[in-house]
Amino acid sequence: MHLNIVARVLGILLMIFSLTMLPPILVATIYGESTSSMFALAFAITLIVGLVFWLPSKRVTAEMRTRDGFVITVFFWLVLSTFGALPLMLSETANLSFINALFESVSGLTTTGATVISGLDDLPKSILYYRQQLQWLGGIGIVVIAVAILPMLGVGGMQLYRTETPGPMKDSKLTPRIRETANVLFKIYLALTLACGLAYWLAGMSAFDAISHSFSTVSIGGFSTHDASIGFFDSSAIMSICAFFMVISGINFALHFHVWHDRKLSHYWSDPEARMYIYLLLVGILITCLYLYYSGTYGWSESIRQGGFHLISIMTTTGFTSDNFSGWPTFLPFFLIFLSFFGACAGSTGGGIKIGRMLILGQQCIREIYRLVHPNALLPIKIHNRRVPSRVADAIWAFFGAYLAIFYLMVLLLLASGLDYVTAWSATAASLNNLGPGLGEVAINFAEINGFAKWVLCWGMLLGRLEIFTLLVLFTPTFWRN
Amino acid sequence: MKIVIVGAGQVGGTLAENLAREYNDITVVDINEQALRALQDRLDIRTVAGTGSHPNVLVNAGIEDADMLVAVTSSDEVNIIACQVAYSLFHTPTKIARIRSRNYTNPKYKAKLFNDNHMPVDVMITPEQVVTDYIQKLVEQPGALQVLDFADGSIQMVGLRAVKDSPLVGQQLRTLKDHMPNVDARVAAVFGKDGAIFPTGDTVIEDGDEVFFVAARNNIRKVMSELRRLEKPYRRLVIAGGGNIGFRLAKALENDYNIKIIEFSTERARHLSEKLDKTVVLNGSATDQDLLLDENIDKADVFLALTNDDEVNILASLLAKQLGARKVMTLISNPVYADLMQGGAIDIAISPQQATTSSLLAHVRQGDMVSVHSLRRGAAEALEIIVHGDEKSSKVVGRAIGDIKSPPGSTLAALVRNGEVIIAHHDTVIESGDHVIVFVVDKANTKAVEKLFAVGFTFF
Repeated sequence: MHLNIVARVLGILLMIFSLTMLPPILVATIYGESTSSMFALAFAITLIVGLVFWLPSKRVTAEMRTRDGFVITVFFWLVLSTFGALPLMLSETANLSFINALFESVSGLTTTGATVISGLDDLPKSILYYRQQLQWLGGIGIVVIAVAILPMLGVGGMQLYRTETPGPMKDSKLTPRIRETANVLFKIYLALTLACGLAYWLAGMSAFDAISHSFSTVSIGGFSTHDASIGFFDSSAIMSICAFFMVISGINFALHFHVWHDRKLSHYWSDPEARMYIYLLLVGILITCLYLYYSGTYGWSESIRQGGFHLISIMTTTGFTSDNFSGWPTFLPFFLIFLSFFGACAGSTGGGIKIGRMLILGQQCIREIYRLVHPNALLPIKIHNRRVPSRVADAIWAFFGAYLAIFYLMVLLLLASGLDYVTAWSATAASLNNLGPGLGEVAINFAEINGFAKWVLCWGMLLGRLEIFTLLVLFTPTFWRN
Repeated sequence: MKIVIVGAGQVGGTLAENLAREYNDITVVDINEQALRALQDRLDIRTVAGTGSHPNVLVNAGIEDADMLVAVTSSDEVNIIACQVAYSLFHTPTKIARIRSRNYTNPKYKAKLFNDNHMPVDVMITPEQVVTDYIQKLVEQPGALQVLDFADGSIQMVGLRAVKDSPLVGQQLRTLKDHMPNVDARVAAVFGKDGAIFPTGDTVIEDGDEVFFVAARNNIRKVMSELRRLEKPYRRLVIAGGGNIGFRLAKALENDYNIKIIEFSTERARHLSEKLDKTVVLNGSATDQDLLLDENIDKADVFLALTNDDEVNILASLLAKQLGARKVMTLISNPVYADLMQGGAIDIAISPQQATTSSLLAHVRQGDMVSVHSLRRGAAEALEIIVHGDEKSSKVVGRAIGDIKSPPGSTLAALVRNGEVIIAHHDTVIESGDHVIVFVVDKANTKAVEKLFAVGFTFF
């Protein structure tokens, strides 16, 4: 472990992050709000702390090792969540305590979308914008952004990149150089955001809402500038645009790159993970719509509209709502949240366990059954006609086990803090899967639950975003032993 | 530049490392996934597992928009096919193949065989031959640490260690002219105890400094005598290891030197004895003290350890030195070992990858580079560049060397104009078509040098 390098990179990243507090000042100026000074203060604090980290070690040139990568990424998310909470804490209108501000900030950066604020519609626009921007930065991973724009992260960039990218295959690069890869991902992200924002605007949102919601849609975040979320607009066009971009953002960005690079749409269909994702979405929508109709919740058209939108929103782990889905017949809310465990595709901005992992797990289960019938058969697991290395398969099982263990540990902790079972279960799923809304007490927002539960959920969101092991590795003695 | 390298062995790996450092887009292809993973962990490159001559694998590696294919697997045939596939299916502009077998490179067949109509290999490299040439020059120039040829050998750059009590040591560099009024030479770089010293007229060379100078080939020995006591030409060589390099070296030198070659394998030794006429072929171990003593190792001028095993080379060299060999030169491919042994009992550590990589780098660089030599384990570089353009489009043509703003840490050492060697002075004017020899102390500045000599559309 090289503390110098860690401090240097952390310092630089913090200084970059401090810049993200400048756009809200612009927003405040446009809307004539009095929040500018507060954002300026937050900017100054973050910048100075960054400088303090960076200055003593600015001349260090040693190479970044794998371990340093873990430390930097984890610390960066921790530090960032803390500093990201600054403006929310400083704001008088939002009036948040430290843990509430932290919860909001973590929820933003991890693209969870759970909020503790009620009365969003009355908040200053600059603060609303800031929340959306947090999600956007967290969506692709601010480290990826940093790798894309910082030439100095050169070789070491891979170590960072690997710790932050979601999905089972972390070594695959789109281009030979990591910086190019990060660049490509960033550009795709940017293009999707622009397209989404434009579509929203054309569909009738105000420019402010269009930009804000494009941030939280493409990042699969789920923050909204209104308490009623997407339901506020009450427009089928906006709901379908939102659904479309959620589906697109839930697909592996590498796949987007290949489609764009080869100008071949059929890549989406030939990729087993994307195909599975689309199948699951279609089957899920079918079940939800039929159940909504036959249980008499809605009429036909409303069943399809609400059912389709919510299924996409929950399964991709975005968490936008247009209606109170927790009030639907009990099967449906649980069904939707269950699907959020599958989440989106690996290498996308979505959360959950990821379809890619589920696919390999499923294949392994089928293999065991097959093996009972043909005891002597050699049965490699294949994805896209290529054998999945057993190392990857092992890692996925371990991940799956750890995911479940942590899930139930969190549920127990929440139960211990006094929440009821439905709230505890759904809140844990909502945080660990980076989903957002839960059921029971947390169906609307997370303001009412106790402080301890919020701490637990903050950790849950970070564990989910960093895919557990990146965070857990720092808590093992081996990591710190020299 | 987008480059696909086929083969992740020693040559491929070192090449990938060098090229990736220079911000090229590198993809390495190999069948050995483990070797690929090791490279991927260390370098910012992409790797593809598969047979390097298969079109599908090459497509995965991005051959379609690659600027260059470098096929350096251990199999000549795979290398040739990879080039053929790249040419026929993907029109890759530059194709370089490693060809080991002399049967292919035999001048009788070479020109007919390797052309765009038959086997489209643009550049052939034979690492063993490159290393052999490198060693041969060291043997021919006693006292030199490194000898580099420029402009087909008419001009040479020699690196050596300055020894006290020689005429120039302790003196300012500008006195060089007074010492040798008839000889023109230029010191390109001095590496002292505290790293590189940029040579000016006031620079004083001290005992133990590593000095690189440039002179016409026939003046080299005179200049060397200024820096260290001139050594007698070598006569008796003992070579340990009769592999490709040992054999080629013996073959090249056996008419002028007294050579004994020690080979462990009986079969190979028999083969060597048939192919070599004057060389004494000994069957035995290079680390066998009795054998070395019997063969008068204490009378040997140079002991060359050239087996393909670093550890054996090092041990044999240490033993030979202890038993009284005057000079030992050792082939060490592991850079860590080379660092360990440098300046100890081993006089010259030869890095095979460095020699091979040098010969490839010239093709990767921008501008019209004739050759690139990697020095001091890749830290420094000596470049031979052909100057193009006119006074308008080039930053150097028509200007005196003193007026050219050369990048920091680079020295314009000499130039060759129509076969005539001109040692660079501050009033020498560069013309179009000159071969310029530039020494770059820190490789990081190579890009700036390339830019300086590039015929610039940057100007318009």
